[in-house]
Amino acid sequence: MIALQAGGPHVTEQVEGLIRKEYSAGFHTSIESDTLRPGLDEDVIRFISAKKEEPEWMLEWRLKAFRAWQEMEEPTWAHVHYPAIDFQALSYYSAPKSMADKPKSLAEVDPELLEMYAKLGIPLHEQEALAGVAVDAVIDSVSVVTTYRAKLEEAGVIFCPISEAVHRFPELVKKYLGTVVPQKDNFYAALNSAVFSDGSFVYIPKGTRCPMELSTYFRINEMNTGQFERTLIIADEGSYVSYLEGCTAPMRDENQLHAAVVELVALDDAQIKYSTVQNWYPGDREGKGGIYNFVTKRGICHRNARISWTQVETGSAITWKYPSCILKGDNSVGEFYSVALTNNFQQADTGTKMIHIGKNTRSTIVAKGISAGRSQSAYRGLVRINAGAEGARNYTQCDSLLIGDRCGAHTFPYIESRNSTAQIEHEATTSKVSDDQLFLCQQRGLDAEKAVSMIVNGFCREVFKELPMEFAVEAGKLLEVSLEGSVG
Amino acid sequence: MLEIRNLNARVEGADILRNLSLTIKPGEVHAIMGPNGSGKSTLGNVLTGRPGYEVTSGEVLFNGQDLLALEIEERSREGLFLAFQYPVEIPGVTNMEFLKASVDARRKHLGLPDLSSFDFMKLARETSKKVSLDAAFLKRGVNEGFSGGEKKRNEIMQMMLLEPSLCILDETDSGLDIDALQVVASGVNAMRDDKRSFIIVTHYQRLLDYIVPDHVHVLAGGRIVKSGGKELAHELEAKGYSWLEDEVA
Ligand SMILES: Nc1ncnc2c1ncn2[C@@H]1O[C@H](COP(=O)(O)OP(=O)(O)OP(=O)(O)O)[C@@H](O)[C@H]1O
Ligand SMILES: [Mg+2]
Repeated sequence: MIALQAGGPHVTEQVEGLIRKEYSAGFHTSIESDTLRPGLDEDVIRFISAKKEEPEWMLEWRLKAFRAWQEMEEPTWAHVHYPAIDFQALSYYSAPKSMADKPKSLAEVDPELLEMYAKLGIPLHEQEALAGVAVDAVIDSVSVVTTYRAKLEEAGVIFCPISEAVHRFPELVKKYLGTVVPQKDNFYAALNSAVFSDGSFVYIPKGTRCPMELSTYFRINEMNTGQFERTLIIADEGSYVSYLEGCTAPMRDENQLHAAVVELVALDDAQIKYSTVQNWYPGDREGKGGIYNFVTKRGICHRNARISWTQVETGSAITWKYPSCILKGDNSVGEFYSVALTNNFQQADTGTKMIHIGKNTRSTIVAKGISAGRSQSAYRGLVRINAGAEGARNYTQCDSLLIGDRCGAHTFPYIESRNSTAQIEHEATTSKVSDDQLFLCQQRGLDAEKAVSMIVNGFCREVFKELPMEFAVEAGKLLEVSLEGSVG
Repeated sequence: MLEIRNLNARVEGADILRNLSLTIKPGEVHAIMGPNGSGKSTLGNVLTGRPGYEVTSGEVLFNGQDLLALEIEERSREGLFLAFQYPVEIPGVTNMEFLKASVDARRKHLGLPDLSSFDFMKLARETSKKVSLDAAFLKRGVNEGFSGGEKKRNEIMQMMLLEPSLCILDETDSGLDIDALQVVASGVNAMRDDKRSFIIVTHYQRLLDYIVPDHVHVLAGGRIVKSGGKELAHELEAKGYSWLEDEVA
């Protein structure tokens, strides 16, 4: 007697299988860290600032943020659930010890660190030779190695750790820091402003096309160390830059908080393309141990400027993230292309905000959500057309793909229009990877995993084509790995 | 090639195939006809291992192997092909990448190297021409927005590329215009040789005028109630199925 499985349960079991895949980047290296005692008060902030030998104005800026944060409450409106975070139990500063005397070349870098990058598939040795990509590698809180800086500086481009920019370019930092994401913007942004560790600073001068794609790899390495990167990118008039952000984190038992702030400033006629492929550790099959990712990303567009956010999210236990555009200048353009994949017990609440202020401003939102296992994903998008935004246009497309029948996808589109000339279009679809599609692929000789990854990649095509080539390939692979075991 | 012995299968708790036996030799074309709901598609689905179709007893040998013990994709790679009665759409996955992946899987199984993208593209274009599909269809999503007839021709294109040894065509002729019917028929005829076999499920004699079968079977109530040569199809066309009821009983 031969029993073939029935349709519904068949897929569910396949899905279960696909999900059972250990996190290959999950390991822990034991670089000695110089970690601050847990807890947060004004002394801790003074310590961080002193450790970085910051000027007085920077310390004051942090303290102002801290005081605001103390008055604020954690937001609870997102469609995610997690145990309360004890902010006093976290440590707010950590730097690899080998940083005390900064390495002048890769040869001076802690070999264990290099090994860690190798395990992650980021061969630093090769990165130097890797054409077109400059890497500002951030481990924990301090930038370790910066390559290609000379070539960039030749073009007048500044690409350095923000801690260094505070010393070398204080006028630029003072002028723009906190102008897009104010210290009091939200709970996590205020926390970040108070304790931010490090991050990237980019300045592209007028009329300059950045000669290479800028890339930063982030990685969390210290147990219980909140990560508070701060990135500031300024594209001066008529300039162009493409910035790539990629993340991966080691396996761990306690949930880790990550609260970054990214600010983009696109001055008149400038263009910023910001791409993220994110792979924080999502937690094990029971949902234990993943990263909590609460990020504030926002850009401001002046006249004729354009900001594109493209992101592929596969990691984190909890993601709370809304890259947004303030379309202040007339004719400016904001774009948001996103793929968010959740599996097992992951929860994601992502989306974007497009704030139309200038005349004839345009925005496009293409959000693709993929849910597998018992995961929940939510798209939350706000399109606001202010009274003065004559002729503003928005197009929003929100598609959800479900794999199996125990996951969920939710969409919360908010539209606020105060100008009758605005045109707003919204389309939303929900589909499933159907038994019939899987069967067709398998009947044509593809195994179930290959079939699912192909179907998922097809679903994401519109977003992937916005990514720089090498990132698109990486993103495809990432989805494949993230879905491994969810079928079969 | 294929030997089905006393096959019993059920779907959703209902017994559909009852003691079905059928032997197909290399190079033969068998037509299967029969009333709606008699189990023709079920037979194709059971042979290809579609989830939800439960074999309760019987056995199937495919080139001497226990077919029912193989995974769905293994059956395909071994050379079993089903042209679907209702082909599904896979949005965003281009026909080209889908076809390449399936041809690669089959070639790998046969120990052949992958075709280069260039060679594959050339082959795919030539093949699409043979089924009168514009090469533009290769760049579209699998069956995405295809008309009924285009979907059927796409199935035949897949069959030609995969070069299976046993092809099951489930009502590939339904919904085809006269020209398309000829395209499908000449596609099948071009692939006929002394090793490749076909099971052609159809309701109409017309297709069998173009693809002349070696055997014709009537499936009713989940079993083969009558078998004959190509003239049986003419008889069915003229008389319908009711006269067979006596024989069924
Ligand atoms: N997945 C399924 N779920 C429930 N019943 C099914 C399923 N598949 C087939 N059946 C039933 O099995 C019987 C045989 O169906 P099948 O599709 O094999 O018929 P057929 O001979 O191909 O008919 P047609 O000529 O209309 O294509 C029908 O009664 C049908 O309703
Ligand atoms: Mg049928």
